[in-house]
Amino acid sequence: MKAKDTLLYLDGVSVSFDGFRAINNLSLVLQLGEMRAIIGPNGAGKTTMMDIITGKTRPDSGEVYFNGTVDLTGHDEAAIAMLGIGRKFQKPTVFESHTVEDNLVLALSGPRSALSALFHRQSQDEADRIDEILYTIRLFDRRHWLAANLSHGQKQWLEIGMLLAQDPKLLLVDEPVAGMTDAETAETAKLLRDIARTRSVIVVEHDMHFVRELGVKVTCLHEGSVLAEGSLDHVSNDQRVIEVYLGR
Amino acid sequence: MITQWFFRHGDRRSRIAIFLLLAVACLVPVLNLLMPDTSPLHIPTYLVSLFGKYLTYALLAVALDLVWGFCGILSLGHGAFFALGGYAMGMYLMRQIGPRGVYADPVLPDFMVFLNWKELPWFWYGFDNFWFAALMVVLVPGALAFGFGWLAFRSRVTGVYLSIITQALTYALLLAFFRNDMGFGGNNGLTDFKDILGFNVQAGATRSALFAATALFLALAVLVSSFIIRSKLGKVLVGVRDAESRMRFLGYRVDRYKLFVWTVSAMMAGIAGALYVPQVGIINPSEFEPANSIEAVIWVAVGGRGTIIGPIIGAILVNFGKTYFTAAFPEIWLFALGALFILVTLFLPRGILGLYGSWTNRSASHAARKDDEVLPPVVKQGGKLAPVPEPQAAE
Repeated sequence: MKAKDTLLYLDGVSVSFDGFRAINNLSLVLQLGEMRAIIGPNGAGKTTMMDIITGKTRPDSGEVYFNGTVDLTGHDEAAIAMLGIGRKFQKPTVFESHTVEDNLVLALSGPRSALSALFHRQSQDEADRIDEILYTIRLFDRRHWLAANLSHGQKQWLEIGMLLAQDPKLLLVDEPVAGMTDAETAETAKLLRDIARTRSVIVVEHDMHFVRELGVKVTCLHEGSVLAEGSLDHVSNDQRVIEVYLGR
Repeated sequence: MITQWFFRHGDRRSRIAIFLLLAVACLVPVLNLLMPDTSPLHIPTYLVSLFGKYLTYALLAVALDLVWGFCGILSLGHGAFFALGGYAMGMYLMRQIGPRGVYADPVLPDFMVFLNWKELPWFWYGFDNFWFAALMVVLVPGALAFGFGWLAFRSRVTGVYLSIITQALTYALLLAFFRNDMGFGGNNGLTDFKDILGFNVQAGATRSALFAATALFLALAVLVSSFIIRSKLGKVLVGVRDAESRMRFLGYRVDRYKLFVWTVSAMMAGIAGALYVPQVGIINPSEFEPANSIEAVIWVAVGGRGTIIGPIIGAILVNFGKTYFTAAFPEIWLFALGALFILVTLFLPRGILGLYGSWTNRSASHAARKDDEVLPPVVKQGGKLAPVPEPQAAE
């Protein structure tokens, strides 16, 4: 398959840490506007894959292309973020000593140079976008709260809001419903489906119930490479996937 | 532009501090120069210089707070920038002595004559001009900080490792400046100053003017710092302090932001050193001592880091204590300083100003929390329902 006409194209990617092959000849293709769920047992290489796509880890070998033409292995985190790849961490990572609103202000797409930040004045357009996101993530009445004072679920939502503010083409979401109540989980699935209407999303998740709710193509990773790919039913009926999850 | 901004956006605390500093800058010279010696309101010249010295320390503390309090860069070598600024000013003051030195050489400072040097080293050129020296006061520390920061931040050296390197930086400079061959007076440093801008540095009026200048520069530093901190850049810095890699994934070039604030801070420290030297009358390599830089960290911690104003209070209080203790009980000063640092770290993690802040904020955040329980106040923890931890009071 050619990298052309794809949003994300990984081919033969390998990386090892101290001899441990975290990613082993991994290939994955994501089309424009697609949402994909990545499942796999602990240590399958899900987070390392995210690290490679976002420039935190450099692969030992293999190709990583974004938008068909941009070689991601030659860029650092900040450059990749500016290309339009947003990332949500497993542990909610918001700026705790900033207010909810300031968290969004920092994430809002726009110039990122130090000089422009020093003399930045918020425009009406930016203020409107922040209001809109605050509504979407249901934190409108909490905009002046310190992020540290939010509940766990609210922090997850704030982080998703920050990703929306970043306005990326591709969203990488690592375990978005970990530690959420059932009601919050359902809401989050709905929110992600909304987001996926206008952009591509990769969701890493352990919660099968949540993956079913998303209703998208599933890729199962194991020991750093793709074990099975297809609908959730197809993947969960795969003999090897069952072995991996239940142990041999 | 910046003052206009200040009246609209500046916070109350820095506004009060700036007005206080401006008032002190006007009032102290008046009380020193115009009040008769017999009046109880008269401020003796030695006190003017002493407090002038405290204010230069306060300026160093503000500079340190800018990087440590807001960007999480714990510098244990800010004394190096302070001393470099001081040396630049000292070089100007040395050149002003002219033929009035012991050896009466019209160009060479005494220590060069003593070392049998025949010519002024190239790096002493230009320092007979005040404005050139003033430029060097900010440029030399700024350039060193820029070069050092560029290498360190690009290589993502952070935390303890960075602190240790800053410590090594100031120690290396200490050793270098001890050497006579360096051309900065070696062990003895630069002293015996006669005048600054044509005024006798010993005169009461000059001392008052230096005090007023220090207060003005401190006020300016507060203004600039609060402008930086309240800008979007300031928010990025705090974000870097709290979650550096998250900031990177948002697309910010964290190293450049750090480099900016680090260089600005070093320049401020340089100005502090330049104001310090004419008021104490000497600059020597001991200013590069690592212990000095660590003491500056203690001032900031005591006053409250990340508050801009707290470090000023911390620097003045700790140094006032130092002046008193080293005179009254010289042997226990270091123990007192160590105990102070431990006590502040244990019981006042946000310093004196943080203590005040948490008192005033507690009632406000209690009020804000009442109408909050919209989402269910429980989370799943390992399959079981557990109460949400009580949110911390806003700090």
